[in-house]
Amino acid sequence: MDFAFTAEHELIRKTVREFAAREILPTIKENDRNQVFDKTLLPKMAEAGFLGVSVPVRYGGAGFDYISLGILSEELEYADTSARVIISVHNGLNSLGVFQWGTEEQKQMFLAPQARGEKIAAFCLTEPDAGTDVVALRSVARKDGADYLISGEKMWISLGDVADHFLWFAKTDPQARPAHQGISAFMVTRDMKGVTSGSIHGKLGVRAGNTGWVHCDEVRVPASHRIGAEGEGFKIAMSCLDNGRYTVAAGALGLIRASLDASLAYAHQRKTFGVEIGQHQLVKRMISLMVQRVEAGRLLVYRAGWMKNMGMRNTRETTLAKWYCTDASFDSANDAIQIHGAYGFSDEYNPERFLRNSKGAVIYEGTRELQQLIQADYLLGYREDKPLRCELPPYDPDSWQEG
Amino acid sequence: MRYLICVKQTPDTAELPKVKPDEAASGNLSIQLVVNPWDEHALEAGIQMMETFGGAASAITVGGSGAVETLRSALAMGCKDATLVANTDADAWGVATLLAAAIQKMGDVTVAITGQMTVDGNSGALPVALGRKLGWPVISGVAKVLAASADSVTVERVVGQARHTVQVAAPVVLSVIKEIGEPRYPTFINIRKAARVEIPTWSAADLGVAAPAPVVQMTNWRKPPARDAHVQLFGGAPSEAAAALIDALLAEKVL
Repeated sequence: MDFAFTAEHELIRKTVREFAAREILPTIKENDRNQVFDKTLLPKMAEAGFLGVSVPVRYGGAGFDYISLGILSEELEYADTSARVIISVHNGLNSLGVFQWGTEEQKQMFLAPQARGEKIAAFCLTEPDAGTDVVALRSVARKDGADYLISGEKMWISLGDVADHFLWFAKTDPQARPAHQGISAFMVTRDMKGVTSGSIHGKLGVRAGNTGWVHCDEVRVPASHRIGAEGEGFKIAMSCLDNGRYTVAAGALGLIRASLDASLAYAHQRKTFGVEIGQHQLVKRMISLMVQRVEAGRLLVYRAGWMKNMGMRNTRETTLAKWYCTDASFDSANDAIQIHGAYGFSDEYNPERFLRNSKGAVIYEGTRELQQLIQADYLLGYREDKPLRCELPPYDPDSWQEG
Repeated sequence: MRYLICVKQTPDTAELPKVKPDEAASGNLSIQLVVNPWDEHALEAGIQMMETFGGAASAITVGGSGAVETLRSALAMGCKDATLVANTDADAWGVATLLAAAIQKMGDVTVAITGQMTVDGNSGALPVALGRKLGWPVISGVAKVLAASADSVTVERVVGQARHTVQVAAPVVLSVIKEIGEPRYPTFINIRKAARVEIPTWSAADLGVAAPAPVVQMTNWRKPPARDAHVQLFGGAPSEAAAALIDALLAEKVL
């Protein structure tokens, strides 16, 4: 077994750290407090190559492997969750979905400009009354000649108010039984008539991120924008979540590290009863728990990344990593606040932001409870992965570099 | 035109306090090594010149095999090629000897660029020694490059509070300061390109010079004693406290 990152991986990590130190950390407290999404981040991330990190060069990407996508997510969330969310949505949920399920023409039409960062991508599955219960979605896509007319409302959409491309899930056959076989996927673009969006404020965390609603009112979408076949939408959405959850898990790992580093620094700095608080046994316990979570989370995350590289189905492993790391990031931020005492309760220090940011990921892209059910269902024999018509392409260091 | 940026692998400044005196004396460091931060500004200068005035930016370092990682970082920032000169014993004069021989071997270098100093040795001797070895003019304190051609280079250099504009005949050695510009971070595309670039390794014999023996001997390595933080509170009315604070700052030569 080889647990080592390559020199190239380490250079990616260093680059993302420097990016975060220069472009995110100086303003994050202020942007988080004021609920401001820094739009200048997107072109900077595009220029650095972040928005197409694990997409082959021939589709506009940088041609790195899926481990690199994990490292990017981990290091961005070390700085702030809002920056990692961009990668989860743009790269994980949308672009890799097109990479897996799109036709060659669709990859050139949608994936390439997204990987180059010329178009920003979002994932439109959740609705006001349909979250984990995907089949309850009410968006419809009605065939009209060679086109579809899409109507519906999407809610809690990351980058919803800034994206150009929306991977939109709608029912093409509302009467289908089972209901998930009536769902299809479409690439809706902002320039289509009838598309409107807005931002949602007042979130507990990820306040520097853009979260919004998107509305389609009889939007005419050409059949060439349908990703996959009619009725394959549910499978496509689940494939996208296999990749989105991977970036969420990797990001949560970064957040655990951030809580640990903040705690280590404060444990040396703060003195009580005449000694550094790091000398107190119960503080040591919290720190040791955090390092345990970092190490365990790292193994779970990068095993999933390695499986993606190999072209192995990884739904079970990715789900486990997502469940573990997001829960662990919440617990670690909570411990970090405890170590910081009253100062941890103030936004003068970072752990309160870490805690608020960590909670969302325990809910979105499949709640913790859903991840638990998935694990149990695999073991009990109630669930098994069947081959997909389109699998996520394995990483190929040579062909992914060809222009 | 080739702009050759001379870089060095040094300890990460955040980890410098961890270096033990015996490690420093032996050169066997167990901490994270990075591109000397001052040299990152030199890389930025060379890449800017390539983008603005044409030509090619190349990187070179003198060091052990691990120093290749420093050159990969330089390539990832945007340098077109890189060369390792294998030597782990040389002092600044020896490094200048090897670099000068490498520059003569290359034959097409119009500008050699260095950082102001290194964060480990701190001597700042290299650009001057390199100019002496090559017989080229040396311009220090370079904050901006205004023009560059095969025949001449025009730069702005900082001297105290003033700025000089200097035009000098090429070839020339430039020692740049941080005002030259914030070093860019590598793009992912360049990281991938950097991984594929072949980096030649030249020995002193390849360069036709004898491996230079150090002329500087470091005889005593020690750490400065740790200093306790000093906290002083100034009481009284705000105007009195402010006056007392200013007196204290003047006494400490902070102002």
